[in-house]
Amino acid sequence: MLLLIQYTLMFACVLVLVALGGCFSEHSGVINIGLEGIMVMGALGGALMMRSLPGDAPALAIILLTILAAVVVGAAYSLLLAVAAIHFKADQTLVGTALNLLGTAAATVIVKALNSSVDSSNVSSTVQYIEQKKAFLLNIGSFEFCWFMPLAVAALVCSYIVLYKTRFGLRLMACGEHPQAADSVGISVYKMRYAGVLISGVLGGLGGIVYITTGVSEWKFEYGVAGFGFLALAVMIFGQWRPTRIALAALLFGLFRALSNVYTGFDLLRGLPIPSAVYNMLPYIVSLVVLAFTSGKSRAPKAEGVPYDKGLR
Amino acid sequence: MEGKQYKSIWKNKMFQSLAASLLSIAIGLLVGFLALLIINPSGAWQGITTIIKNFFYYPSAAARLKYFGSTLVKTAPLLMCSLSVLFAYKVGLFNIGAAGQYVIGAGACLYCALALNLHWSVCLIAAIAAGALLGAVSGALKAYLNVNEVISCIMLNWISLYLVNMLLNNVKEVASPYTLPIGSASPGSVLPTLGLNKFFSNNYVTIAIPLAMVVAVLIWILLEKTKLGYELKATGFNKFAAKYAGMKQKRNLILTMVIAGGLAGMGAGLLYLTGFEQWQCTQSSVPAMGFNGIAAAFLGGLHPIGTVFSSYFIQHITNGGAYLDKSMYSAQISDFISALIIYLCGFVLFFKQFMNARAAKLEEKQRTSAPAADSPAPPDGGTEEGGEK
Repeated sequence: MLLLIQYTLMFACVLVLVALGGCFSEHSGVINIGLEGIMVMGALGGALMMRSLPGDAPALAIILLTILAAVVVGAAYSLLLAVAAIHFKADQTLVGTALNLLGTAAATVIVKALNSSVDSSNVSSTVQYIEQKKAFLLNIGSFEFCWFMPLAVAALVCSYIVLYKTRFGLRLMACGEHPQAADSVGISVYKMRYAGVLISGVLGGLGGIVYITTGVSEWKFEYGVAGFGFLALAVMIFGQWRPTRIALAALLFGLFRALSNVYTGFDLLRGLPIPSAVYNMLPYIVSLVVLAFTSGKSRAPKAEGVPYDKGLR
Repeated sequence: MEGKQYKSIWKNKMFQSLAASLLSIAIGLLVGFLALLIINPSGAWQGITTIIKNFFYYPSAAARLKYFGSTLVKTAPLLMCSLSVLFAYKVGLFNIGAAGQYVIGAGACLYCALALNLHWSVCLIAAIAAGALLGAVSGALKAYLNVNEVISCIMLNWISLYLVNMLLNNVKEVASPYTLPIGSASPGSVLPTLGLNKFFSNNYVTIAIPLAMVVAVLIWILLEKTKLGYELKATGFNKFAAKYAGMKQKRNLILTMVIAGGLAGMGAGLLYLTGFEQWQCTQSSVPAMGFNGIAAAFLGGLHPIGTVFSSYFIQHITNGGAYLDKSMYSAQISDFISALIIYLCGFVLFFKQFMNARAAKLEEKQRTSAPAADSPAPPDGGTEEGGEK
């Protein structure tokens, strides 16, 4: 039971971070389908940083440097989307899809190249970080507390304040609702959209590193992040683009995702004649059902997905 | 007069699409080459030429023909997936679910073949039906419940992957995670070859390849020459206007996803019923075929005939990646290049605008310099350019 709670919280952390990222991007008016790819790149940055650090380095240094690497790589990667979608008016869904494919392919190529440059017989796409990962954990009884949990809560609170209580956040949201009106009162729509996408890159990258340290100590980059970026998008839609609701939605989705990892620990569930594939499917089925019931009265930012054209005022 | 001549080169839609696609390919290959250079400079040139050469890697003509056949075998499903993406995109839907429709199609046809030993035509129809059904789910969710098709398709991709793994677990080899080889387990379910196998001396070359091309032409006819195609495109262009004009918007939406899903499902049938590949029941990621279909659709300028060539190209470099020296580079370099090409396809609109701007500039120049001379252009020049149009 404790394990279930622990996994639920960890997966919820990932979902909250990434969904908040999507939330910022969409509120600025750019659909970010590429969160999955951004997560992979952020995870790659963080994992490589962890591997390069000595295992006995001070915990605080490991934590800060890893987070920094994940955030910087995620933000840099999200620039690819920002430039294409904002300046070149590209189809945002297409570019986002490209980022997802590119993320996994590039991460695999990079890791394989690094692995085989150290040992020419090693052509796997796995990065190990067993020792370094311990810096993030703190055992309270049998409960593994992870420093990412308070981080996700902090990100949630900050997002709420930034979006609703600051000038920046309100201006950002204006650009997603009616960019022409925002422009007419002197807000630079391009700058705001860049800010939105970059913040989503930061949070997406962070989500990526949290995801690959959840329960495992190595990661095979050929697998990408197994659709987690899209689950986060579903969380964002279910949360109606609002931070508080996103947090609740993330807990629900996290629970189902955790269930597929730890259901064998429950005698009741193990006794049921349900194949493991069904538990693997559960998070996706639940999100589909939930979307079917909540999308009808969608509160999506009105101008999302539409490139801003100054001439169309 | 002279201005019109320039217009016909730079403003020609076909020319623009072709130029934009070639530019995307060129930049994609260039960046791929740079990546190879960074990883290992000594073999980079050889690496990129290996990818581009693909089956020309073999010295003998017979071997080349054989492996050309292998590339074609995998081009057929890719073409079907890209047609699926293209068809949906023409109606304003982004069918990222081609991957899942492909997966469920594979599951349906392999199960019909291996567990039920049905005739190949029944297996193929099962694949089409399964894909169409999955497409219908996304379409209905979009039409009635306003669920974004991209998100619902992604969820269905994963659901169908686990479903198919579970289903095909019943017909897998005892010692391996792969399904039984279709050629020996159910010979009647293998697609007929019509002698193509002898020509290529490759047993996997079947009617799948000509069939896929015929479907490409049919899709072109459906979109451009029929009332239904016109209605579907109108719905995609402006659903409110289409509704106002008396078109059944919801029905059109679902029908589009049914056709798109059927196309992707058929693609899976065209590959797995040749016996070229066996399904791996422990697969933990959705096959890349459907996603590469997106690349091929956009690279082909969103034209059914264009996708025939772009699908071949994407498959050509993907197969080429397999010949890379594994001690230096990973085969994923090809995926990397095709992902880059998809990314660059996002800039096609910009390329076209650039070309239009250039055309306008040239015209302007013509207009300012021409009146002084005031001489009409030679008539034969005009007809030549007209021919290109």
